[in-house]
Amino acid sequence: MNAPAYNFAYLDEQTKRMIRRAILKAIAVPGYQVPFASREMPMPYGWGTGGVQVTAAILGRDDVLKVIDQGSDDTTNAISIRKFFAKTAGVATTTSTADATVIQTRHRIPEASLHAGQVLVYQVPIPEPLRFLEPRETETRRMHALGEYGLMHVKLYEDIARFGHIATSYAYPVKVNARYVMDPSPTPKFDNPKMDNCAALQLFGAGREKRIYAIPPYTSVVSLDFEDHPFNRYRHDAPCALCGANDSYLDEIVTDDKGSRMFVCSDTDFCETRQAQGHRGSESAAPHEEMVHG
Amino acid sequence: MYVAVKGGERAIENAHRLLAHERRGDRDVPELSLDQISEQLSLGVDRVMTEGSLYDRELAALAIKQARGDLIEAIFLVRAFRATLPRFGATEPVDTGKMQVRRRISSTFKDIPGGQILGPTFDYTHRLLDPQLAEGGAPELPAQSEAPSATILRVIDILGRDGLIESSPPADDDKPVGDLTREALSFPADRDLRLQNLARADEGFLLALGYSSQRGYGRNHPFAGEIRLGEVEVEFMAEDVGFAVPLGSITLTECQMVTQFKGSAAQAPCFTRGYGLAFGQSERKTMSMALVDRTLRARELGEEVLAPAQDEEFVMSHSDNVQATGFVEHLKLPHYVDFQSELGLLRKLRKEFTEAAEAPAPLQEAAE
Repeated sequence: MNAPAYNFAYLDEQTKRMIRRAILKAIAVPGYQVPFASREMPMPYGWGTGGVQVTAAILGRDDVLKVIDQGSDDTTNAISIRKFFAKTAGVATTTSTADATVIQTRHRIPEASLHAGQVLVYQVPIPEPLRFLEPRETETRRMHALGEYGLMHVKLYEDIARFGHIATSYAYPVKVNARYVMDPSPTPKFDNPKMDNCAALQLFGAGREKRIYAIPPYTSVVSLDFEDHPFNRYRHDAPCALCGANDSYLDEIVTDDKGSRMFVCSDTDFCETRQAQGHRGSESAAPHEEMVHG
Repeated sequence: MYVAVKGGERAIENAHRLLAHERRGDRDVPELSLDQISEQLSLGVDRVMTEGSLYDRELAALAIKQARGDLIEAIFLVRAFRATLPRFGATEPVDTGKMQVRRRISSTFKDIPGGQILGPTFDYTHRLLDPQLAEGGAPELPAQSEAPSATILRVIDILGRDGLIESSPPADDDKPVGDLTREALSFPADRDLRLQNLARADEGFLLALGYSSQRGYGRNHPFAGEIRLGEVEVEFMAEDVGFAVPLGSITLTECQMVTQFKGSAAQAPCFTRGYGLAFGQSERKTMSMALVDRTLRARELGEEVLAPAQDEEFVMSHSDNVQATGFVEHLKLPHYVDFQSELGLLRKLRKEFTEAAEAPAPLQEAAE
């Protein structure tokens, strides 16, 4: 039987080269979805294979990797992916946003602003922002080529006509570099403004759909809206119960079966850093105290 | 909380330890060997090799054992391993006309040169549970006769001689065959890529699509021209020595469907082909594949594309069970950040709805 032997960061060098070429093209054409020959990874499609392939292709031995899912370093899939790279690449890992050189994320952008030289790698399930308006790739590629985004504006307008608001709360479409409409991956729209003029390089990998796209540093990213219905962020109106932050995205934690709720930062590193600095919320004991980072 | 924060790493390790324990089952029951799986669950092994795109009985048997008999999980294991293998090159095309035939039937002619050979088949068995099998014991040895000396002509070639069926396009040796595992698929896709996609496709998905075409959603009236099972030689062109070197033989099932075609202004009416090929004995798979190959040729043959089975973007984008199961099952991953955002929006909309319902109706509704 063939005993498998794997390369640094799992993927073979030919595959990494192919992915890097796609990444370079993606950086050159911000927001454009570049097809790439996505490989079958040892984790399921839909569980971050696109992000994992991008990370594997850019990771060097000196990199420091942080992996988050829902903003947290300790969700099961984040742990699983972090362990995968710790094992196959032997790179240093961290939970600190500031210390990481590569951050792979699912569904959140860290609260702390990113700095130049960092790379944020997003896991993307459906890269095509027009997919749910027009399921055919043959059509949507043509629409992107012609910059024909009327359908998207009609959808947003219909939301306003029906609900009084744009009823998209996550994966909120953006226009990148005044050209391509792009899906920011299913991050809450609260995170959208962080993508604009960001100092870090943002790479998006969709493994199952075989697409890579990018936002180079300091690129304009505008959330689609109307003059009379401007884009606004949603955040539950409360301070974090643990660190008292008033400006972070909050998770709602159900604490009993009688309707009690607690709101805490979704970004665990942000929350812990603030607590270490002495910030306190109303419930500063639970539930993070026993946390042990892997 | 399954996400939560603490101890996630240990939880994962313990879950996997428990999984290994459950996989083993009752430790008083003897453990399955790979030989047992390969020999006695051979059709499951064939399916894993086919959809896993890797001809290796031992690895497929290992995957089935590791996956606790979940064939899609086993296919996934094989695929992930396959993705890491180096590519030395492509073999010469295999010639199924030279197959050592073990089974071969045609529904289009009563008798054919080489004869109808039933071979090992469930066909015509009465599906009655066999209590004797539960006891075990050796079955009767098979009947034997002389192996046919000459190669057995393909039925479809009989039609081909009279020009009653479209000719297969001749192979262009200079044009490389597409490989969707090495290049991202784009549409419209040529037939080589479509066939590769169908060969890797989920058997159940193709079965349902093929069936739907028989029931009228993209009907093209098929006949099973020939189904054959047997061994073919695989040869590899060794550049160093300048000739093709035999690598060994593999078991294949091939199905050629013959379907009606009304003809067009440029072409006289003739039969058209639908093609299915799979590793091992995989008749349901190859028949379904042949039906769907033909329905997907609608565009090429100038037929109107109306049904899902004719729509290549629909079929090819959803046929892969490793992709499909990953994306369906990813719903198990935490989504609470987005859910929180949706909750916020929904609460706001509901509040506004209630306020609007409770507010006194304005006198001049039509003012705007």
